[in-house]
Amino acid sequence: MDTKVKQSQGKLKWVGTRQVRPDGVDKVTGRARFGADYSLPGMLVGKVLRSPHAHARIISIDKSKAEALDGVKAVVSGEDFPDIAKEEAFIGEGPINFRYMAHNMMARDKALYDGHAVAAVAATSEEIAQKALALIDVQYEVLPHVIDVRDAMKPDAPILHDDLFTEGVTPEPTRASNIAKQVEFGRGDPDAGFAKADVIVERDYSTQPVHQAYIEPHATLASVDEEGKCQVWASSQGHFMVRAYCAKLLGLDLANIKVTPTEIGGGFGGKTLVYIEPVALLLSRRCSRPVKIVMDREEVFRSTGPAPGSHSTVKIGATKDGKIVAGYAEMRLQAGAYPGSQIGPAGMTAFAPYEIEDVKAVGIDVVVNRPKVAAYRAPGAPLAEFPVESAIDELADKLGMDPIEFRLKNAVKEGTQSCYGPVFQKIGFIETLEAVKNHDHYQTKLGPNQGRGVASGFWFNIGGESTATVNVNEDGSVVLIVGSPDIGGSRASLALMCAETLGIDYKQVRPLIGDTDAIGYTFLTGGSRVTFATGLAAIEAAKNCIDDLRKRAAILWDIDVSNVEWRDGVAHPVDAYSDEHEPMTLKQLAAQSAKTGGPITGHIALNAEGAGPGFGSHVCDVEVDPETGRVEILRYTAVQDAGRAIHPSYVEGQIQGGVAQGIGWALNEEYIYNAEGRLDNPGFLDYRVPVCSDLPMIDTVIVEVENPNHPYGVRGVGEVPIVPPLAAVANAIEAATGKRLADLPMSPPKVLAAIDE
Amino acid sequence: MSKHHISTSINGESREFLCETRQTLLDVLRDELGMIGSKEGCSSGDCGACSVEVDGRLVCSCLVLGVEVDGKEISTIEGMADGENLHPLQTKFLEHAALQCGVCTPGFLVAAKSLLDRNPNPTETEVRYWLAGNLCRCTGYDKIVRAVMDAADEMRSAS
Repeated sequence: MDTKVKQSQGKLKWVGTRQVRPDGVDKVTGRARFGADYSLPGMLVGKVLRSPHAHARIISIDKSKAEALDGVKAVVSGEDFPDIAKEEAFIGEGPINFRYMAHNMMARDKALYDGHAVAAVAATSEEIAQKALALIDVQYEVLPHVIDVRDAMKPDAPILHDDLFTEGVTPEPTRASNIAKQVEFGRGDPDAGFAKADVIVERDYSTQPVHQAYIEPHATLASVDEEGKCQVWASSQGHFMVRAYCAKLLGLDLANIKVTPTEIGGGFGGKTLVYIEPVALLLSRRCSRPVKIVMDREEVFRSTGPAPGSHSTVKIGATKDGKIVAGYAEMRLQAGAYPGSQIGPAGMTAFAPYEIEDVKAVGIDVVVNRPKVAAYRAPGAPLAEFPVESAIDELADKLGMDPIEFRLKNAVKEGTQSCYGPVFQKIGFIETLEAVKNHDHYQTKLGPNQGRGVASGFWFNIGGESTATVNVNEDGSVVLIVGSPDIGGSRASLALMCAETLGIDYKQVRPLIGDTDAIGYTFLTGGSRVTFATGLAAIEAAKNCIDDLRKRAAILWDIDVSNVEWRDGVAHPVDAYSDEHEPMTLKQLAAQSAKTGGPITGHIALNAEGAGPGFGSHVCDVEVDPETGRVEILRYTAVQDAGRAIHPSYVEGQIQGGVAQGIGWALNEEYIYNAEGRLDNPGFLDYRVPVCSDLPMIDTVIVEVENPNHPYGVRGVGEVPIVPPLAAVANAIEAATGKRLADLPMSPPKVLAAIDE
Repeated sequence: MSKHHISTSINGESREFLCETRQTLLDVLRDELGMIGSKEGCSSGDCGACSVEVDGRLVCSCLVLGVEVDGKEISTIEGMADGENLHPLQTKFLEHAALQCGVCTPGFLVAAKSLLDRNPNPTETEVRYWLAGNLCRCTGYDKIVRAVMDAADEMRSAS
């Protein structure tokens, strides 16, 4: 990076300001086009037939009656898709097994959960498609099912996969079970550590699976022409992901698939997979007409997401003076119907905020007859850190210490080796705790039946592959092309960084998300990576563009490029030549670009490393109604280290949104399965996400401890804020009632039962 | 199956359409009239993403049949801005960053406008309860409530 760019340090013009987002007007006027808003001439309606059984062998599927119905153009089931071998790929935040992904997309020999796709049709209308689904004759042999993770681990449990042998245990098992894998993280000798402890707390905890509950259901439009060229429009967190998975699951060449990202109506990790895209492609290939599939809300609940539920045992020991000396966690996660819950991140994050010499975290991946889990905001961390942050609170109480002081005494800082391995670089955990301690909220007086809870949270954040192109238009305005779908305002933050680097007005930068043919590979929007990694790409592309601009000025001035400096959007000759040439603006250079070598652009493709870990500390006040057990959130303050907030409003928004989801996880959200293993609450009426009247204003404090690996100091911010609320609410309820609730959600019946104990 | 001929007014413009009995107003808006601003989040009246006004009454268009709006006046998100001037609610949503993914935004704006038409000076609690039928999973509602209160303020001082 020898680019000559002078930036007056600390005096940033655009970074840190609250500009209107570039896609804003489209979104407040109804113009923005999301997944379901795309149509093509001759388009057919695709619909998916789903298993009504939690666990059943598929004896036969007779499509003939459906195929004979007037208006039906294609009918497909598992046998029409290629068989995929077991192949693990490490993509992003967790391992992917393509065989499982293929079978989850469309059942083969067995249906493994209520809602599992078993067949699909394409027809000329929605009504005909629905009729056709009813005409597909599927013969099932219903098998015993298992919904609860503890039941699934019992030796006599119904087995989902005959070929599943537990990985990561010795001796190697000789018979199949529902336990897919066991992993361990930690160091030292926890037994020896606990022997040094004066106080030990140990408890079992459980969390329920929760759905990401994005408001936009999955939607896709696919079109295959007679030559086999495929086009897909998809609402997803990564169009390159959609391309790769469709190619893999259908046995197609990547080169034959173009995926265009639509606006995405929320994802939170739940749109990092494919469900309907390969189905729509296959249907379209069968009849050479475009096929659109849009899930309804019931399908979203029954067949996509959620985050895993968990049962955990957590034990922590501390000395009298408040030093944590040992930690142990065993976490049993519900993977859903196929292996692959986030036991890795759960094991790594559980104790991550604390310096503990003797510590061990065990994660166990267990299959059950539920939808296969997907990533959900800091995948694995909330369910792992909830028990630990609850135990920390319990310990502080037993030691008679303030919960913030106790955390401060044990908090990780720069140079600390984390419980999961790496040594932390510059981090801002302590700063978040200090900010909570000094916040007015922490001193506010509480009334009867009210309580205050504190909890912290950690997430790694990731970098990864991003590509960016900066094209300078003839009038000096700029188009910034990236490959990251924008879920929460990233076009604004990327345009701000691009404008800052080039030294031009933010409104002169028009950001665009290129389709898979228009921009180089870019990893999906997840892991809180976009502002960091794609931001880095936008900055580097802008710097390359500046190099080109300096070259153009050098040509016009007939001096060496090393004598041209770029300052605040203007090319300046260095001192020795400053009398001979007038500085030239980007606009002037753009106007003369034909004379100096043609269009001016900057481009970069990179794999960003050094994402700064994120920490947050939250404080929550609740009031518990002793007659109903209802918990009201009175006040909530969330503090987070953002490294640097490029667009503070959207950083605050990420924090507030994460908190709201965490509160839903803590208090309301759960899946209700009946005795037949069918989901009884697949809708927003009975699966209760927080509504506007459930919440107070969510106060945010952004702490800025710059990430040294990013030019503007950015850390990812999207995931951390969902981690602390689970325990912050539980700790507040404990403070209000004297009862520690360890099973989520802390819904009124459970709270009431605890009070009445 | 014969279709029904419906005459209605949408955002002040006379519109006619043919629809089947089973089609909802939302289906008609999106699929027959190409007005994609109203969104389908649940088709059960729980999320409010399809909010429109029918004769001044706030409804979920997924719970209204197309045939029911014959002779009625419908307002949708597409009619909210006045020419090239955004409605103050739209402007405030942008200024306050009251949207992230934006898919719930049209519904929130239509619902919020319906509130301010009735109650130009709502309390925070009144805003929260009026908007309780609109789900947002991204924002935690904080900035939405602030944007609505701020728009109400501005509209009061302008009138």
